[in-house]
Amino acid sequence: MAKQENLFDKMMSIDRRVIYLLLGLAVIVPAIFPFDVPVATTPEVESVFHFVDSLGTGDYLFLGVDYDPSTMAELHPMTKAILSQCFSQDVKVIITALSQNGPGMVESIINEIADQYGAKNHIDYCFLGYKPYPGIVVLNMGVNFKLTFPNDYYGASLDTIPVMQGIKNYTECAGVIDVCAGNIADMWIQFGNGRYGVPLALGVTGVMASDYYPYLQSGQIFGLMPGMKGAAEYESLSGYKTTGIRSMAYQTSTHVIILAFIIISNIGWFLSRKEEKKIG
Amino acid sequence: MGISGDIWVWIGAFLTFSIMSFLYKDNPFYKFAEHLFVGVSAAYWMCMGIWQTLVPNLIAKLHPPVVSEILPAASTKPAEYSYIIPLVLGIMFLMRLSPKGAWISRWALAFIVGTTAGSYLTRYLRSDFLGQIQYSIIPLISIEDGSFSFVGTISNIIIFLGVFCGLIYFFFSKEHKGTFGVASKVGIYILMITFGAGFGYTVMARISLLVGRMQFIFGDWLGIISR
Repeated sequence: MAKQENLFDKMMSIDRRVIYLLLGLAVIVPAIFPFDVPVATTPEVESVFHFVDSLGTGDYLFLGVDYDPSTMAELHPMTKAILSQCFSQDVKVIITALSQNGPGMVESIINEIADQYGAKNHIDYCFLGYKPYPGIVVLNMGVNFKLTFPNDYYGASLDTIPVMQGIKNYTECAGVIDVCAGNIADMWIQFGNGRYGVPLALGVTGVMASDYYPYLQSGQIFGLMPGMKGAAEYESLSGYKTTGIRSMAYQTSTHVIILAFIIISNIGWFLSRKEEKKIG
Repeated sequence: MGISGDIWVWIGAFLTFSIMSFLYKDNPFYKFAEHLFVGVSAAYWMCMGIWQTLVPNLIAKLHPPVVSEILPAASTKPAEYSYIIPLVLGIMFLMRLSPKGAWISRWALAFIVGTTAGSYLTRYLRSDFLGQIQYSIIPLISIEDGSFSFVGTISNIIIFLGVFCGLIYFFFSKEHKGTFGVASKVGIYILMITFGAGFGYTVMARISLLVGRMQFIFGDWLGIISR
Protein backbone atom coordinates (compact mmCIF):
# COMPACT_ATOMS: atom_id res chain seq x y z
CA MET A 1 0.00 0.00 0.00
CA ALA A 2 1.34 3.42 -0.99
CA LYS A 3 2.35 5.67 1.86
CA GLN A 4 -0.18 8.42 2.43
CA GLU A 5 1.33 11.89 1.91
CA ASN A 6 0.98 14.03 5.04
CA LEU A 7 1.13 17.82 5.34
CA PHE A 8 4.89 17.84 5.94
CA ASP A 9 5.56 15.82 2.78
CA LYS A 10 3.35 18.22 0.84
CA MET A 11 5.35 21.15 2.23
CA MET A 12 8.52 19.63 0.82
CA SER A 13 7.13 18.64 -2.57
CA ILE A 14 5.34 21.74 -3.83
CA ASP A 15 4.91 21.55 -7.62
CA ARG A 16 7.66 23.61 -9.25
CA ARG A 17 5.05 25.28 -11.50
CA VAL A 18 3.38 26.73 -8.42
CA ILE A 19 6.73 28.20 -7.39
CA TYR A 20 7.27 29.64 -10.89
CA LEU A 21 3.78 31.12 -10.86
CA LEU A 22 4.26 32.79 -7.48
CA LEU A 23 7.66 34.12 -8.50
CA GLY A 24 6.10 35.49 -11.69
CA LEU A 25 3.41 37.20 -9.64
CA ALA A 26 6.06 38.57 -7.28
CA VAL A 27 7.58 40.37 -10.27
CA ILE A 28 4.33 41.36 -12.00
CA VAL A 29 2.65 42.92 -8.93
CA PRO A 30 5.44 45.48 -8.22
CA ALA A 31 5.60 46.21 -11.96
CA ILE A 32 1.95 47.29 -11.96
CA PHE A 33 1.89 48.74 -8.42
CA PRO A 34 5.43 50.10 -7.99
CA PHE A 35 6.89 50.90 -4.59
CA ASP A 36 10.24 52.34 -3.53
CA VAL A 37 12.86 50.37 -1.66
CA PRO A 38 15.66 52.28 0.11
CA VAL A 39 19.05 51.47 -1.40
CA ALA A 40 21.99 51.62 1.02
CA THR A 41 25.29 52.18 -0.74
CA THR A 42 28.42 50.12 -0.05
CA PRO A 43 32.07 51.29 -0.08
CA GLU A 44 32.95 49.12 -3.10
CA VAL A 45 30.36 50.86 -5.30
CA GLU A 46 31.02 54.28 -3.78
CA SER A 47 34.69 54.03 -4.73
CA VAL A 48 33.75 53.47 -8.40
CA PHE A 49 31.36 56.42 -8.31
CA HIS A 50 33.87 58.74 -6.60
CA PHE A 51 36.55 57.70 -9.08
CA VAL A 52 34.41 58.64 -12.09
CA ASP A 53 33.21 61.74 -10.24
CA SER A 54 36.81 62.90 -9.79
CA LEU A 55 37.41 62.92 -13.56
CA GLY A 56 37.02 66.11 -15.53
CA THR A 57 37.27 67.66 -18.97
CA GLY A 58 39.93 66.00 -21.09
CA ASP A 59 40.37 62.96 -18.84
CA TYR A 60 40.06 59.55 -20.45
CA LEU A 61 38.19 56.55 -19.12
CA PHE A 62 38.37 53.11 -20.68
CA LEU A 63 35.01 51.37 -20.43
CA GLY A 64 34.75 47.67 -21.27
CA VAL A 65 31.15 46.75 -22.03
CA ASP A 66 31.91 43.07 -22.24
CA TYR A 67 28.57 41.33 -22.02
CA ASP A 68 25.78 40.32 -24.36
CA PRO A 69 21.98 40.63 -24.28
CA SER A 70 21.62 37.62 -21.97
CA THR A 71 22.86 39.68 -19.00
CA MET A 72 21.72 43.14 -20.05
CA ALA A 73 19.04 43.26 -17.34
CA GLU A 74 21.73 43.30 -14.67
CA LEU A 75 24.52 45.16 -16.39
CA HIS A 76 22.83 47.73 -18.64
CA PRO A 77 21.90 50.04 -15.74
CA MET A 78 25.57 50.23 -14.66
CA THR A 79 26.79 50.98 -18.16
CA LYS A 80 24.11 53.62 -18.69
CA ALA A 81 24.87 55.34 -15.38
CA ILE A 82 28.64 55.37 -15.96
CA LEU A 83 28.32 56.59 -19.55
CA SER A 84 25.89 59.34 -18.55
CA GLN A 85 28.20 60.45 -15.73
CA CYS A 86 31.17 60.56 -18.13
CA PHE A 87 29.34 62.47 -20.84
CA SER A 88 27.89 64.93 -18.32
CA GLN A 89 31.43 65.62 -17.00
CA ASP A 90 32.95 65.86 -20.49
CA VAL A 91 35.15 62.82 -19.86
CA LYS A 92 36.43 61.11 -23.02
CA VAL A 93 35.45 57.45 -23.17
CA ILE A 94 37.06 54.61 -25.10
CA ILE A 95 34.75 51.61 -25.30
CA THR A 96 35.14 47.97 -26.29
CA ALA A 97 32.64 45.13 -26.57
CA LEU A 98 34.65 41.92 -26.12
CA SER A 99 31.66 39.59 -25.89
CA GLN A 100 30.93 38.24 -29.35
CA ASN A 101 27.18 38.79 -29.25
CA GLY A 102 27.51 42.22 -27.65
CA PRO A 103 28.64 44.85 -30.19
CA GLY A 104 25.21 45.61 -31.68
CA MET A 105 23.68 45.97 -28.23
CA VAL A 106 26.59 48.12 -27.03
CA GLU A 107 26.31 50.39 -30.07
CA SER A 108 22.64 51.04 -29.34
CA ILE A 109 23.23 51.86 -25.66
CA ILE A 110 26.08 54.24 -26.53
CA ASN A 111 23.91 56.02 -29.09
CA GLU A 112 21.04 56.28 -26.60
CA ILE A 113 23.16 57.89 -23.85
CA ALA A 114 25.25 59.99 -26.26
CA ASP A 115 22.06 61.46 -27.75
CA GLN A 116 20.85 62.47 -24.28
CA TYR A 117 24.04 64.45 -23.61
CA GLY A 118 24.89 65.55 -27.14
CA ALA A 119 28.12 63.53 -27.05
CA LYS A 120 29.64 62.94 -30.48
CA ASN A 121 31.26 59.81 -31.86
CA HIS A 122 35.01 60.25 -32.52
CA ILE A 123 34.99 63.55 -30.59
CA ASP A 124 33.76 62.59 -27.11
CA TYR A 125 34.03 58.82 -27.36
CA CYS A 126 35.35 56.04 -29.54
CA PHE A 127 33.73 52.63 -29.87
CA LEU A 128 36.41 50.11 -30.81
CA GLY A 129 34.05 47.15 -31.14
CA TYR A 130 34.82 43.45 -30.86
CA LYS A 131 37.85 41.26 -31.40
CA PRO A 132 38.17 37.60 -30.39
CA TYR A 133 40.51 36.24 -27.68
CA PRO A 134 39.95 38.84 -24.95
CA GLY A 135 43.19 37.96 -23.15
CA ILE A 136 45.30 38.83 -26.19
CA VAL A 137 43.17 41.91 -26.88
CA VAL A 138 43.66 43.24 -23.32
CA LEU A 139 47.37 42.44 -23.50
CA ASN A 140 47.79 44.27 -26.81
CA MET A 141 45.73 47.29 -25.84
CA GLY A 142 48.12 47.79 -22.90
CA VAL A 143 50.82 48.47 -25.51
CA ASN A 144 48.87 50.18 -28.28
CA PHE A 145 45.19 50.24 -29.18
CA LYS A 146 46.13 50.08 -32.87
CA LEU A 147 47.74 46.65 -32.52
CA THR A 148 44.32 45.06 -32.12
CA PHE A 149 42.04 47.80 -33.36
CA PRO A 150 43.59 49.48 -36.41
CA ASN A 151 40.06 50.76 -37.06
CA ASP A 152 37.10 51.46 -34.81
CA TYR A 153 33.75 49.63 -34.97
CA TYR A 154 32.66 51.80 -37.92
CA GLY A 155 35.83 51.15 -39.94
CA ALA A 156 37.49 54.53 -39.34
CA SER A 157 41.24 54.37 -38.87
CA LEU A 158 42.30 55.24 -35.31
CA ASP A 159 44.85 57.63 -36.87
CA THR A 160 42.00 59.78 -38.15
CA ILE A 161 39.81 59.78 -35.02
CA PRO A 162 40.26 63.03 -33.01
CA VAL A 163 39.50 61.50 -29.59
CA MET A 164 42.18 58.85 -30.14
CA GLN A 165 44.93 61.38 -30.84
CA GLY A 166 47.45 61.71 -28.02
CA ILE A 167 46.43 58.47 -26.36
CA LYS A 168 48.24 55.28 -27.14
CA ASN A 169 47.02 52.65 -24.70
CA TYR A 170 44.75 52.24 -21.68
CA THR A 171 47.53 52.90 -19.18
CA GLU A 172 47.27 56.52 -20.34
CA CYS A 173 43.61 56.55 -19.28
CA ALA A 174 42.70 57.53 -15.71
CA GLY A 175 41.47 53.98 -15.23
CA VAL A 176 39.52 51.05 -16.60
CA ILE A 177 35.99 50.05 -15.64
CA ASP A 178 35.00 46.70 -17.03
CA VAL A 179 31.30 45.85 -16.94
CA CYS A 180 31.29 42.22 -17.86
CA ALA A 181 29.74 38.78 -17.75
CA GLY A 182 32.17 35.89 -18.02
CA ASN A 183 35.89 35.55 -17.63
CA ILE A 184 36.89 38.79 -19.40
CA ALA A 185 37.18 40.32 -15.91
CA ASP A 186 39.99 37.82 -15.22
CA MET A 187 41.87 39.07 -18.27
CA TRP A 188 41.65 42.63 -16.99
CA ILE A 189 42.87 41.58 -13.54
CA GLN A 190 45.71 39.47 -14.92
CA PHE A 191 46.86 41.65 -17.78
CA GLY A 192 45.38 45.12 -17.30
CA ASN A 193 46.13 45.43 -13.60
CA GLY A 194 48.66 42.61 -13.11
CA ARG A 195 50.97 43.46 -15.95
CA TYR A 196 50.33 47.12 -16.72
CA GLY A 197 49.14 48.29 -13.30
CA VAL A 198 46.11 50.20 -14.57
CA PRO A 199 43.56 51.16 -11.86
CA LEU A 200 40.70 48.74 -12.41
CA ALA A 201 37.10 48.49 -11.24
CA LEU A 202 34.57 45.84 -12.21
CA GLY A 203 30.85 45.66 -12.73
CA VAL A 204 29.86 41.99 -12.70
CA THR A 205 26.77 39.80 -12.72
CA GLY A 206 25.44 38.53 -9.40
CA VAL A 207 26.63 35.01 -10.20
CA MET A 208 30.20 36.26 -10.52
CA ALA A 209 30.21 38.68 -7.59
CA SER A 210 31.45 36.44 -4.77
CA ASP A 211 34.40 35.31 -6.95
CA TYR A 212 35.69 38.87 -7.30
CA TYR A 213 35.52 40.11 -3.70
CA PRO A 214 38.98 38.64 -2.92
CA TYR A 215 40.46 40.94 -5.58
CA LEU A 216 38.79 43.89 -3.88
CA GLN A 217 40.28 42.94 -0.53
CA SER A 218 43.71 42.50 -2.11
CA GLY A 219 43.49 45.90 -3.78
CA GLN A 220 43.83 44.49 -7.30
CA ILE A 221 40.54 46.21 -8.11
CA PHE A 222 39.55 49.46 -6.46
CA GLY A 223 35.80 48.99 -6.82
CA LEU A 224 33.17 46.38 -7.52
CA MET A 225 29.54 46.67 -8.62
CA PRO A 226 27.87 43.32 -7.94
CA GLY A 227 24.80 42.55 -10.04
CA MET A 228 21.60 44.52 -9.98
CA LYS A 229 22.17 45.66 -6.39
CA GLY A 230 25.46 47.24 -7.49
CA ALA A 231 23.66 48.87 -10.41
CA ALA A 232 20.96 50.25 -8.12
CA GLU A 233 23.60 51.63 -5.76
CA TYR A 234 25.43 53.33 -8.62
CA GLU A 235 22.19 54.80 -9.94
CA SER A 236 21.35 56.06 -6.47
CA LEU A 237 24.77 57.74 -6.17
CA SER A 238 24.85 59.21 -9.67
CA GLY A 239 21.21 60.27 -9.74
CA TYR A 240 20.76 58.63 -13.16
CA LYS A 241 17.87 56.41 -12.13
CA THR A 242 16.56 53.86 -14.61
CA THR A 243 15.78 50.17 -14.28
CA GLY A 244 18.45 49.36 -11.66
CA ILE A 245 16.91 51.20 -8.74
CA ARG A 246 13.35 50.30 -9.80
CA SER A 247 14.25 46.62 -9.92
CA MET A 248 15.00 46.58 -6.21
CA ALA A 249 11.24 46.43 -5.54
CA TYR A 250 10.97 43.31 -7.73
CA GLN A 251 14.04 41.81 -6.04
CA THR A 252 12.54 42.42 -2.59
CA SER A 253 9.19 40.79 -3.39
CA THR A 254 10.76 37.75 -5.07
CA HIS A 255 13.31 37.30 -2.29
CA VAL A 256 10.49 37.33 0.27
CA ILE A 257 8.77 34.53 -1.70
CA ILE A 258 12.00 32.51 -1.96
CA LEU A 259 12.72 32.94 1.76
CA ALA A 260 9.17 31.84 2.54
CA PHE A 261 9.64 28.68 0.45
CA ILE A 262 12.99 27.94 2.12
CA ILE A 263 11.37 28.30 5.55
CA ILE A 264 8.31 26.19 4.58
CA SER A 265 10.39 23.36 3.13
CA ASN A 266 12.76 23.35 6.13
CA ILE A 267 9.88 23.25 8.59
CA GLY A 268 8.40 20.39 6.55
CA TRP A 269 11.71 18.54 6.59
CA PHE A 270 12.27 18.89 10.34
CA LEU A 271 8.69 17.95 11.21
CA SER A 272 8.64 14.94 8.89
CA ARG A 273 11.91 13.73 10.47
CA LYS A 274 10.34 14.09 13.88
CA GLU A 275 7.32 12.09 12.65
CA GLU A 276 9.56 9.38 11.19
CA LYS A 277 11.47 9.09 14.49
CA LYS A 278 8.18 8.77 16.37
CA ILE A 279 7.06 5.92 14.07
CA GLY A 280 10.50 4.36 14.40
CA MET B 1 2.26 54.92 -23.13
CA GLY B 2 0.37 52.11 -24.82
CA ILE B 3 0.87 48.81 -26.50
CA SER B 4 3.83 48.84 -28.88
CA GLY B 5 3.30 49.15 -32.61
CA ASP B 6 6.81 47.93 -33.39
CA ILE B 7 6.76 44.51 -35.07
CA TRP B 8 10.21 43.65 -33.59
CA VAL B 9 8.95 44.26 -30.06
CA TRP B 10 6.04 41.89 -30.79
CA ILE B 11 8.49 39.28 -32.10
CA GLY B 12 10.57 39.79 -28.95
CA ALA B 13 7.48 39.29 -26.77
CA PHE B 14 6.50 36.15 -28.68
CA LEU B 15 10.01 34.70 -28.29
CA THR B 16 10.07 35.60 -24.59
CA PHE B 17 6.81 33.72 -23.99
CA SER B 18 8.05 30.83 -26.14
CA ILE B 19 11.17 30.43 -24.00
CA MET B 20 9.24 30.88 -20.75
CA SER B 21 6.73 28.21 -21.78
CA PHE B 22 9.47 25.67 -20.98
CA LEU B 23 8.74 26.32 -17.30
CA TYR B 24 5.47 24.45 -17.83
CA LYS B 25 6.93 21.73 -20.04
CA ASP B 26 8.91 21.21 -23.23
CA ASN B 27 6.91 22.24 -26.33
CA PRO B 28 7.34 23.20 -30.02
CA PHE B 29 7.31 26.96 -29.29
CA TYR B 30 10.25 26.57 -26.93
CA LYS B 31 12.09 24.37 -29.42
CA PHE B 32 11.53 26.93 -32.19
CA ALA B 33 12.81 29.84 -30.07
CA GLU B 34 15.80 27.85 -28.86
CA HIS B 35 16.86 26.80 -32.36
CA LEU B 36 16.31 30.31 -33.68
CA PHE B 37 18.55 31.70 -30.93
CA VAL B 38 21.33 29.21 -31.65
CA GLY B 39 21.15 29.86 -35.39
CA VAL B 40 21.07 33.64 -35.12
CA SER B 41 23.89 33.69 -32.54
CA ALA B 42 26.11 31.51 -34.72
CA ALA B 43 25.44 33.63 -37.80
CA TYR B 44 25.99 36.87 -35.89
CA TRP B 45 29.25 35.56 -34.46
CA MET B 46 30.43 34.50 -37.89
CA CYS B 47 29.62 37.89 -39.44
CA MET B 48 31.39 39.67 -36.56
CA GLY B 49 34.40 37.43 -37.10
CA ILE B 50 34.57 38.23 -40.80
CA TRP B 51 33.95 41.98 -40.67
CA GLN B 52 35.60 42.86 -37.36
CA THR B 53 38.59 40.51 -37.52
CA LEU B 54 39.34 38.87 -40.86
CA VAL B 55 38.77 41.93 -43.05
CA PRO B 56 40.58 44.64 -41.03
CA ASN B 57 43.24 42.45 -39.39
CA LEU B 58 44.12 40.07 -42.22
CA ILE B 59 42.82 41.01 -45.66
CA ALA B 60 43.49 44.73 -45.19
CA LYS B 61 47.05 43.93 -44.06
CA LEU B 62 47.89 41.50 -46.85
CA HIS B 63 46.26 43.26 -49.78
CA PRO B 64 45.04 46.75 -48.78
CA PRO B 65 43.49 47.81 -52.14
CA VAL B 66 40.84 45.08 -51.76
CA VAL B 67 39.24 46.91 -48.82
CA SER B 68 39.27 50.39 -50.41
CA GLU B 69 35.45 50.47 -50.47
CA ILE B 70 34.88 49.50 -46.84
CA LEU B 71 38.07 50.63 -45.08
CA PRO B 72 39.44 53.55 -47.13
CA ALA B 73 42.04 54.53 -44.51
CA ALA B 74 43.49 51.01 -44.32
CA SER B 75 43.62 50.62 -48.08
CA THR B 76 46.31 53.29 -48.49
CA LYS B 77 48.78 51.59 -46.19
CA PRO B 78 51.55 49.29 -47.50
CA ALA B 79 50.98 45.54 -47.34
CA GLU B 80 52.42 43.69 -44.32
CA TYR B 81 53.50 40.27 -45.50
CA SER B 82 54.24 38.95 -42.01
CA TYR B 83 50.47 38.37 -41.83
CA ILE B 84 50.97 35.39 -44.16
CA ILE B 85 51.95 33.43 -41.01
CA PRO B 86 48.50 33.75 -39.32
CA LEU B 87 46.89 33.13 -42.73
CA VAL B 88 48.79 29.84 -43.08
CA LEU B 89 47.97 28.87 -39.48
CA GLY B 90 44.31 29.65 -40.16
CA ILE B 91 44.26 27.48 -43.26
CA MET B 92 45.99 24.69 -41.33
CA PHE B 93 43.28 25.01 -38.68
CA LEU B 94 40.56 24.64 -41.32
CA MET B 95 42.14 21.35 -42.42
CA ARG B 96 40.25 19.89 -39.47
CA LEU B 97 37.29 19.72 -41.86
CA SER B 98 39.18 17.33 -44.13
CA PRO B 99 39.13 13.67 -43.00
CA LYS B 100 42.61 13.01 -44.44
CA GLY B 101 44.30 16.27 -43.49
CA ALA B 102 42.77 16.73 -40.04
CA TRP B 103 46.15 16.04 -38.39
CA ILE B 104 47.54 19.26 -39.89
CA SER B 105 45.17 21.30 -37.72
CA ARG B 106 46.98 20.03 -34.63
CA TRP B 107 49.99 22.24 -35.42
CA ALA B 108 47.85 25.38 -35.45
CA LEU B 109 46.07 24.20 -32.32
CA ALA B 110 49.44 23.51 -30.66
CA PHE B 111 50.50 27.07 -31.48
CA ILE B 112 47.33 28.49 -29.86
CA VAL B 113 47.61 26.25 -26.79
CA GLY B 114 51.31 27.01 -26.36
CA THR B 115 51.06 30.79 -26.68
CA THR B 116 47.91 30.96 -24.54
CA ALA B 117 49.34 28.77 -21.78
CA GLY B 118 52.62 30.68 -21.82
CA SER B 119 51.07 34.11 -21.64
CA TYR B 120 48.46 33.15 -19.05
CA LEU B 121 50.64 31.09 -16.72
CA THR B 122 52.93 33.85 -15.53
CA ARG B 123 50.11 36.40 -15.30
CA TYR B 124 47.88 33.97 -13.42
CA LEU B 125 50.65 33.13 -10.98
CA ARG B 126 51.19 36.80 -10.27
CA SER B 127 47.58 37.99 -9.97
CA ASP B 128 45.77 34.95 -8.57
CA PHE B 129 48.45 33.07 -6.69
CA LEU B 130 51.20 35.37 -5.42
CA GLY B 131 48.92 38.40 -5.32
CA GLN B 132 46.33 36.65 -3.18
CA ILE B 133 48.97 35.17 -0.84
CA GLN B 134 50.62 38.56 -0.47
CA TYR B 135 47.38 40.27 0.53
CA SER B 136 46.34 37.44 2.87
CA ILE B 137 49.47 37.93 4.99
CA ILE B 138 48.20 40.92 6.93
CA PRO B 139 48.75 42.17 10.50
CA LEU B 140 46.05 40.93 12.87
CA ILE B 141 45.96 44.28 14.67
CA SER B 142 44.74 46.90 12.24
CA ILE B 143 46.05 50.44 12.60
CA GLU B 144 44.30 53.08 10.48
CA ASP B 145 45.47 56.71 10.45
CA GLY B 146 47.75 56.01 13.42
CA SER B 147 45.03 54.64 15.70
CA PHE B 148 43.66 51.21 16.52
CA SER B 149 40.78 50.11 14.28
CA PHE B 150 38.41 47.64 15.96
CA VAL B 151 36.45 46.84 12.75
CA GLY B 152 39.66 46.48 10.75
CA THR B 153 41.14 44.15 13.38
CA ILE B 154 38.04 41.92 13.41
CA SER B 155 38.08 41.87 9.61
CA ASN B 156 41.77 40.89 9.50
CA ILE B 157 41.26 38.15 12.10
CA ILE B 158 38.33 36.71 10.08
CA ILE B 159 40.45 36.76 6.92
CA PHE B 160 43.34 35.03 8.72
CA LEU B 161 41.11 32.38 10.33
CA GLY B 162 39.19 31.85 7.09
CA VAL B 163 42.32 31.24 5.03
CA PHE B 164 44.03 29.17 7.75
CA CYS B 165 41.07 26.90 8.54
CA GLY B 166 40.07 26.64 4.87
CA LEU B 167 43.57 25.41 4.03
CA ILE B 168 43.50 22.92 6.91
CA TYR B 169 40.26 21.44 5.54
CA PHE B 170 42.09 20.67 2.28
CA PHE B 171 45.09 19.16 4.11
CA PHE B 172 44.51 15.44 3.73
CA SER B 173 47.86 14.02 4.95
CA LYS B 174 46.72 14.12 8.59
CA GLU B 175 43.54 12.76 10.07
CA HIS B 176 41.03 15.50 10.94
CA LYS B 177 40.89 14.84 14.71
CA GLY B 178 41.30 16.91 17.89
CA THR B 179 42.39 20.56 17.45
CA PHE B 180 43.18 19.84 13.81
CA GLY B 181 39.66 18.47 13.34
CA VAL B 182 38.11 21.56 14.99
CA ALA B 183 40.09 23.86 12.67
CA SER B 184 39.02 21.71 9.72
CA LYS B 185 35.37 21.99 10.83
CA VAL B 186 35.68 25.78 11.08
CA GLY B 187 37.18 25.64 7.56
CA ILE B 188 34.17 23.77 6.17
CA TYR B 189 31.77 26.24 7.86
CA ILE B 190 33.63 29.11 6.23
CA LEU B 191 33.45 27.37 2.87
CA MET B 192 29.71 26.82 3.35
CA ILE B 193 29.21 30.50 4.17
CA THR B 194 31.13 31.33 0.98
CA PHE B 195 28.96 28.99 -1.08
CA GLY B 196 25.85 30.46 0.57
CA ALA B 197 26.91 33.98 -0.35
CA GLY B 198 27.60 32.80 -3.89
CA PHE B 199 24.19 31.11 -4.08
CA GLY B 200 22.49 34.24 -2.73
CA TYR B 201 24.10 36.32 -5.47
CA THR B 202 23.09 33.66 -8.02
CA VAL B 203 19.44 33.91 -6.92
CA MET B 204 19.62 37.69 -7.28
CA ALA B 205 21.17 37.30 -10.74
CA ARG B 206 18.50 34.89 -11.97
CA ILE B 207 15.71 37.05 -10.61
CA SER B 208 17.34 40.02 -12.37
CA LEU B 209 16.99 38.19 -15.68
CA LEU B 210 13.30 37.55 -14.97
CA VAL B 211 12.87 41.20 -13.99
CA GLY B 212 14.52 42.27 -17.23
CA ARG B 213 12.08 40.25 -19.29
CA MET B 214 9.09 41.46 -17.27
CA GLN B 215 10.19 45.06 -17.76
CA PHE B 216 10.31 44.33 -21.49
CA ILE B 217 6.84 42.75 -21.47
CA PHE B 218 5.15 45.40 -19.28
CA GLY B 219 7.23 48.34 -20.46
CA ASP B 220 8.35 47.99 -24.08
CA TRP B 221 5.50 45.74 -25.24
CA LEU B 222 2.38 46.50 -23.21
CA GLY B 223 3.41 50.02 -22.18
CA ILE B 224 1.96 49.62 -18.69
CA ILE B 225 5.16 50.72 -16.91
CA SER B 226 7.76 53.30 -17.88
CA ARG B 227 11.24 52.04 -18.81
